[in-house]
Amino acid sequence: MKKALALVLALTMIFALAACGGSSKSDANTVTIGVFEPASGDNGAGGKQETLGVQYANSVQPTVEIGGKTYNVVVKYVDNESSNDKAPSAAAELVNAGCSIVLGSYGSGVSIAGGPTFEAAGIPAVGITCTNPQVTEGNTYYFRICFLDPFQGTVLANYAYNELGVTKAYCLNKLGDDYSGGLVKYFIDAFEGLGGECVHEEFPDGNSDFTSYVANAKAADCGVFFSPVSTEAAQLIIDQVVAQGASFPLLAGDTWDSNVILQAAKGKDVQVTVTTFYPEGADASFDSSIKAWINGNSTNLANNGGDDTVAAVTAMGYDAYFFALAAMQKAGSTEPAKVMDALWSTEINGVTGPIALDQTNGDAIRNTAFVKQADTATGTWIALDPVTVG
Amino acid sequence: MSFLQNSLPYILAGISVGGQYALIAIGYTMVYGILRLINFAHGDVFMAAGMFMVFLSASLPLGAAVPLVLVLTVLLGFMIERVAYKPLRSAPRMSVMISAIGVSYLLQNCALYFTGGLAKVYPQLPWLSDTVTIFGAVTKRVTLITPILTLILVIGLSLFIKYTKVGMAMRAVSKDFETARLMGIKVNSVISSTFIIGSLLAAVGSLLYFTNYASVTPTSGGMPGLKCFVAAVFGGIGSIPGAVIGAFIIGICENIIKGLGWTTFSDAFTFALLIVILLVKPTGLFGEKATDKV
Repeated sequence: MKKALALVLALTMIFALAACGGSSKSDANTVTIGVFEPASGDNGAGGKQETLGVQYANSVQPTVEIGGKTYNVVVKYVDNESSNDKAPSAAAELVNAGCSIVLGSYGSGVSIAGGPTFEAAGIPAVGITCTNPQVTEGNTYYFRICFLDPFQGTVLANYAYNELGVTKAYCLNKLGDDYSGGLVKYFIDAFEGLGGECVHEEFPDGNSDFTSYVANAKAADCGVFFSPVSTEAAQLIIDQVVAQGASFPLLAGDTWDSNVILQAAKGKDVQVTVTTFYPEGADASFDSSIKAWINGNSTNLANNGGDDTVAAVTAMGYDAYFFALAAMQKAGSTEPAKVMDALWSTEINGVTGPIALDQTNGDAIRNTAFVKQADTATGTWIALDPVTVG
Repeated sequence: MSFLQNSLPYILAGISVGGQYALIAIGYTMVYGILRLINFAHGDVFMAAGMFMVFLSASLPLGAAVPLVLVLTVLLGFMIERVAYKPLRSAPRMSVMISAIGVSYLLQNCALYFTGGLAKVYPQLPWLSDTVTIFGAVTKRVTLITPILTLILVIGLSLFIKYTKVGMAMRAVSKDFETARLMGIKVNSVISSTFIIGSLLAAVGSLLYFTNYASVTPTSGGMPGLKCFVAAVFGGIGSIPGAVIGAFIIGICENIIKGLGWTTFSDAFTFALLIVILLVKPTGLFGEKATDKV
């Protein structure tokens, strides 16, 4: 009895191994693009929206002509679970799948954690919305198509100081989180440079009690609450700000440009302003066709948070896919090394604006950030004037 | 007055979160008292109660959803005991503990599957979610209700344990498992009722907790669960008043520390406290001295 059981277990394992071997064999006429995004954890909601952009782009253009040969594009998705510990193994999964290029991730921390894996395998990665400078610094295999935090922090600080007219800001970030920690640091640098004053606090991982942080901001008489944290924490912060009847506006970076925030703020007496990559309505034909695509499938609708608001990260995901195709066409090959050489000089005109990379770190040359404010009555974003620096 | 106005929000938050911790900590302490088992799945039962509410309130009116959440959570606690712990009654204690950890991860991953890994917004409970102002501090009404409700439940529980037959049986089983069994006490049904009470309180705790912090994720049970366990150890594991007082102390200290500006260390404090208590008073505040039975 026991021997039979052992035999069955052993056979199962052998079959499982055989299955692994089989799946990594790639067809001559396909090219694999890896998508390195969180589908669970703190940044699951945002990661899913970014992935939607790639999925939509793939449905629009499922084939690509490289060097006179038509390839089917296979998109391989992995979940990095928003966790810096899980990121390297998720990255390794993409490497094993034989990707020619990798897109992602939402969240700078996982991108920084997964970067060395791509570098070691010689596969180029293109960050879609990871804004921390450290993602591409010192890693020649990591590129990115979005603006950076020093820029975003400066824009936000200028907005708070000049537009809102406040001189004291409360800054809150998650302890050990590369994205929010970095952005808060650049915000403080810029805000204090303008002559303002900042109160800076951090909350630990797994915290859901924001009462005291909001109370601290109130007690310190801060004019604005700057907290570019994950959307999960954002819901709780908005809730708590409303519960305590605080009058200061909330300010955040690109992560808060999500319908999760709109739903949390809807019908409440609170002012939420964010900087972002793409304002809905900037490209009407793109908006209407992606809305139709999202509404046509209940899974897509659920992944987009239950409505058809076009998140900036979705538009960025869409652009990233075409940027990757353009790079491969320019390289005339699906070989990662050649794609990487071509990336430096790839340029496209995306829905989020023209994309070209600088020659130092492979960061996007962008100098415009869009500013949006939540309309709490209707649950939509109102576009304010975009800010251009430099 | 201004001192009161400045510090009141922190104290209120502390008392409120302390009450919620207390309701969960009772579950830890009662199960430990009777089975000598640290039920690691308890924090996840608390999370599951939150998830039940999120999904039920989507299709049912709140008046029906709330009782149903309580019933489902109790059922979950009961099932966990029957399926994962009861068959291991005569196994070494370590096996039951591992089984508890297994249940904990099972619940988390089931929640991950059903939610797709995204945070769910907890429904607003009318009246409880309303905003009230006391001495210039603005907060939700649930903050005020929590400590009162907690005290009522704890007093009710103490009376139950003191004066009812099941309560008496519980005390007997926790004193001496084997002898109680020899005296004809149905040990299994006593253990089941312990899990039922613990899960019921966890469900009430989750209603209060998530009304205040309205977002449920698969790992929502993790941190509160750990802190409540610390509270139970702090008060002397096995002692109900100990768990309640421990929970209030942890909740209040945590928020005062955040109020003092040491936000970074608020969690570190909780666990440092655990270590200090264990060093100075290994049995906790109200813990019974372990007497070796010969």
